Amino acid sequence: MYFLKRLLLVPPLLLLISFLAFVLVHLAPGGPFDRDRGPASPEIERAIRAKYHLDEPVLKQYARYLGLVWEKDPHGHWRHAPASFDISLKYRNHSVTAIIAQALPVSATLGFLAFGFALGVGLPVGYFTSVRRGRWEDYAGSLFALLVICVPALVVAPLLLMIFAIHWRLFPVALWGSPWHAVLPTTALGLYFSGRVARLLQEGMLAVMPSEFITAARAKGLGENAVLLKHAFRLAVLPVVSYSGPMLADLLTGSFIIESIFQIPGLGMQLINSSLNSDYTVTVALALLYALLLILLNLLVDFAYVLLDRRVAYQ
Amino acid sequence: MMERTTTEPGVIPPSLSPNQRAWRRFAENRRAVVSAWLLAGLVLVVVVWPVALRLAGLAGHRGAEFARNHQPDTLSEEQLQPPGLKHWFGTDMHGRDLYSRVLYGAQISLLVGVVGAGVSLIIGVLWGAIAGYAGGRLDSLMMRFVDILYSLPSIIFVIVLITTLESMFKRWLATHGSPALAGSVRLLLLFTGLGAVSWLTMARIVRGQVLSLRGRAFVEASRALGAGPARILGRHIIPNTLGVVIVYLTLTVPAIILYESFLSYLGLGIQPPMASWGSLIAEGADQMNPIRIYWWLIVFPGGGLVTTLLALNFLGDGLRDAWDVRG
Repeated sequence: MYFLKRLLLVPPLLLLISFLAFVLVHLAPGGPFDRDRGPASPEIERAIRAKYHLDEPVLKQYARYLGLVWEKDPHGHWRHAPASFDISLKYRNHSVTAIIAQALPVSATLGFLAFGFALGVGLPVGYFTSVRRGRWEDYAGSLFALLVICVPALVVAPLLLMIFAIHWRLFPVALWGSPWHAVLPTTALGLYFSGRVARLLQEGMLAVMPSEFITAARAKGLGENAVLLKHAFRLAVLPVVSYSGPMLADLLTGSFIIESIFQIPGLGMQLINSSLNSDYTVTVALALLYALLLILLNLLVDFAYVLLDRRVAYQ
Repeated sequence: MMERTTTEPGVIPPSLSPNQRAWRRFAENRRAVVSAWLLAGLVLVVVVWPVALRLAGLAGHRGAEFARNHQPDTLSEEQLQPPGLKHWFGTDMHGRDLYSRVLYGAQISLLVGVVGAGVSLIIGVLWGAIAGYAGGRLDSLMMRFVDILYSLPSIIFVIVLITTLESMFKRWLATHGSPALAGSVRLLLLFTGLGAVSWLTMARIVRGQVLSLRGRAFVEASRALGAGPARILGRHIIPNTLGVVIVYLTLTVPAIILYESFLSYLGLGIQPPMASWGSLIAEGADQMNPIRIYWWLIVFPGGGLVTTLLALNFLGDGLRDAWDVRG
């Protein structure tokens, strides 16, 4: 019931967000055609603005955006005006859906790769720092986690570029294409999160290891690896599971910097370009997409929580 | 000090007031204390360096030359020099002294962090206090609003807000104000924009505090004496939440500094000729080429940013643990 209610809230929420974003981008003076080449005559400019209905009041434009406008045609019949949400103002031959369809797979691939990186690096580091407490593995792992959490992506990424792409020439410097192109951006994006995962698992393991059922398992004569992996790890990994939802949301919606540094044609680049170019429809559509991703992932995490832990109940 | 030597470290005498005990706990936290001194040192250098340059300019021929070479805006022929005795952090592509540029950037980064956190403080405290004090339907309405904002990608709203408001401001300035102000428009927008998206957690914390304070006897007493809601909030409730608020504020500052450096890196934040750590790193990244590596352009501003973020976070964690504040 609770989840149904939250799911029902999503459409009105998206409508509200689209309205806010739409009004906000239209408030800015300077339209999408201001930076076009050549000084057009006032008549041409007016004709272009009229063609894209930019001369109408914002509210009417918003209604048109949603496809809620009926107009009289020259014969005096009422006709439904087509919705304008799919028409990019800057790239005349591309629909907004096409732009998103091009950019979304790139950002999604990058996000999921970084997700895999964060778990693939974070889990072993967290495990060994807690199992080898007080030895060099612990110190090295803890230092690694502290460092990657504290150094933001916009410092890590240029450093990685300088060392691995320019000095040693191991990887391409920018763009997106072969799997080699993905190595540095994935690392730069995933490092911070691998530190967070390592910390969470380490804390979980250290909290679980002194508990009685671990002592009991040892007393029954189980090997050390079986005790740690089968019993302690299974409980200690729960915080990581619940963190992985917000982490995925962050990775999918937060790759602006990485996309900008490595010149990756993903959603972040499109959003920045469209908002600088006043390409209204693209900006609003991307804001909606990001909001939808974030809302749905949060919902999914809460839902997974109930499935994982029966003690949690939402009303 | 006498007590300190007689008690064992880690054992805090119960005879002290809660505040004194919190300070004791803080003083035991070496990481937090070192961070506090480090930050104090950074602020000192940032403030003293421009003054020192001004003074050196008055002190004879060599002093004047030193001052001229190290002004953050002086262009020179010595472009992209590696760090050395003359330019401690090297120079950038216009031959400007990077040490001065990094300190100048620190000034702006810290300013945005502190003022932005201040804006978030005002909105968050007012929002949380009103919601918590009013209770009932207004409370749940206001808190639902906060929940909704939580679920939105804030960076998008900052980007859209800044690009929109900036062009509005610029047009207004072109007709009404002086063009000299245009440079500081971005700065103002960053203050308000970053503050406007960072107040959510503050509002939640303050509301929680107000809810627990609202039913206390001294508040009842004040109400019995005929005080109105504004007076009760302003005189009794908000001052009592201050400790918690200040602790959380130290954790908001680094978050906003990081945000600002993100935006500046993307070209949406600080504009040249101003500089912040983010825009300095962006300039360094622009100079990357396969022939020569100008590592100092990234390492020094990046180092400043990382050290400051680290120190602020340690300091905030230390304060939070000492005063036992939970978000």
